[in-house]
Amino acid sequence: MLKNRIIPCLDVKNGRVVKGINFVDLQDAGDPVEQAKIYSDGGADEICFLDITASNENRDTIYDVVERTSKKCFVPLTVGGGVRGIEDINKLLNCGADKVSINTAAVQNPEVVLESSKKFGSQCIVVAIDAKKNSDKWEIFTHGGRNNTGIDAVEFAKKMEDSGAGELLVTSMDRDGTQVGYDIELMTKISSMVNIPVIASGGVGNLDHLVDGIKLGNASAVLAASIFHYGKHSVKEAKEYLDSKGIPVRI
Amino acid sequence: MKVTIVDYNSGNISSVINSFKEVAKDKVNIEVTSDLNKIKSSDKVVLPGQGSFKSCIDALNKINGLVDTLNEFVISNKKPLLGICVGLQMFADVGFEETETKGLGWISGKVSKIDNQNGKYKLPHIGWNQINIVKDSKIFKDINNNSHMYFVHSYEFVPQDKNVISATTDYSSNIVCSVEKENIFGTQFHPEKSDKTGLKIINNFISL
Repeated sequence: MLKNRIIPCLDVKNGRVVKGINFVDLQDAGDPVEQAKIYSDGGADEICFLDITASNENRDTIYDVVERTSKKCFVPLTVGGGVRGIEDINKLLNCGADKVSINTAAVQNPEVVLESSKKFGSQCIVVAIDAKKNSDKWEIFTHGGRNNTGIDAVEFAKKMEDSGAGELLVTSMDRDGTQVGYDIELMTKISSMVNIPVIASGGVGNLDHLVDGIKLGNASAVLAASIFHYGKHSVKEAKEYLDSKGIPVRI
Repeated sequence: MKVTIVDYNSGNISSVINSFKEVAKDKVNIEVTSDLNKIKSSDKVVLPGQGSFKSCIDALNKINGLVDTLNEFVISNKKPLLGICVGLQMFADVGFEETETKGLGWISGKVSKIDNQNGKYKLPHIGWNQINIVKDSKIFKDINNNSHMYFVHSYEFVPQDKNVISATTDYSSNIVCSVEKENIFGTQFHPEKSDKTGLKIINNFISL
């Protein structure tokens, strides 16, 4: 039976983890490689890096991080943030990323998804959808949530599936950082609309939220950042909790 | 000993390279090349594959003499080869991804799309699934039945002779996820992404 996945996400800026796990035995709490290794040793089903480096001159730092991580972690590694086109995707894959998540570029130019999934295979193309509720629909935001495009998120999800995306990483901008739980309605809408796996993101504050994302939101995988930071919960704890709620996980 | 990972522009093989190097340490020489002479002189060959069946076959054919060299290595010289993902699928006679495409024909059978039962099963089949070991395979030495492996695929290999199947996984139906036919080994899952258990399988292949 296919298991639901738990994916810890690390925000990386200029090659350093912004919010991280605060373990005492860590040599360097800011090193993404060391943090990723702790997650993968703890049973993370995948690792996700979100590069939030703002300045262009430091963009190359993520490549070094990916290269070093892929030599130490032998679970799938997804990298997103600032991916503009085929060239960036190629570079990240060559450094050892297994999947690349595309956000703004996919909205601005959906051809990128079509082209890259043809070139590299759908299995490594994740489209990240950042959505915010506006009356009765959800609208896509780009540029790290700063720009409202007015595009309907559910329709866009379908379009991305048709363009060859292998997975959708759906983040509720309303919930992100609030720790009140995923936007279940959004997850359900999108996961029932498409036949590709949906990864729920944005808003996790406790382990029950992970359960809800899978049971109610119908997500194939749940992504979370802050609950795994500062040692609030370990990936192992999360998995045992999901297991106790009857959700199939890899233990 | 020399193990060659065939680099034929089949997509992203960094993870395959990293995992084999991790397992090999300094004991085994890992080459990554499409150089025919280097392949010929190898003890073992790894055939990765990402993207579509057609794109991988096309990429193999693009390198002059590569298919002949692999045929000689596998069929005439009977040296061990491990196919991963589409690398395994290409063992078949024919694949139906994008368009009907002739495979390498090493193990009779076809590659067709997984039946998603009218949307009941999401495709690609992505994530960790358990393998059901149905026959002893050398690459499964010290691997427990029902171990978790990492999968990413929408197509499945359906071999004619069921005796070549060494493991299946349950997704919509019992999907063939590992085969062994004499010196030919293949996994539909990605041992290079399947954590410690996956590395053990790689080690088993290297140690053959």
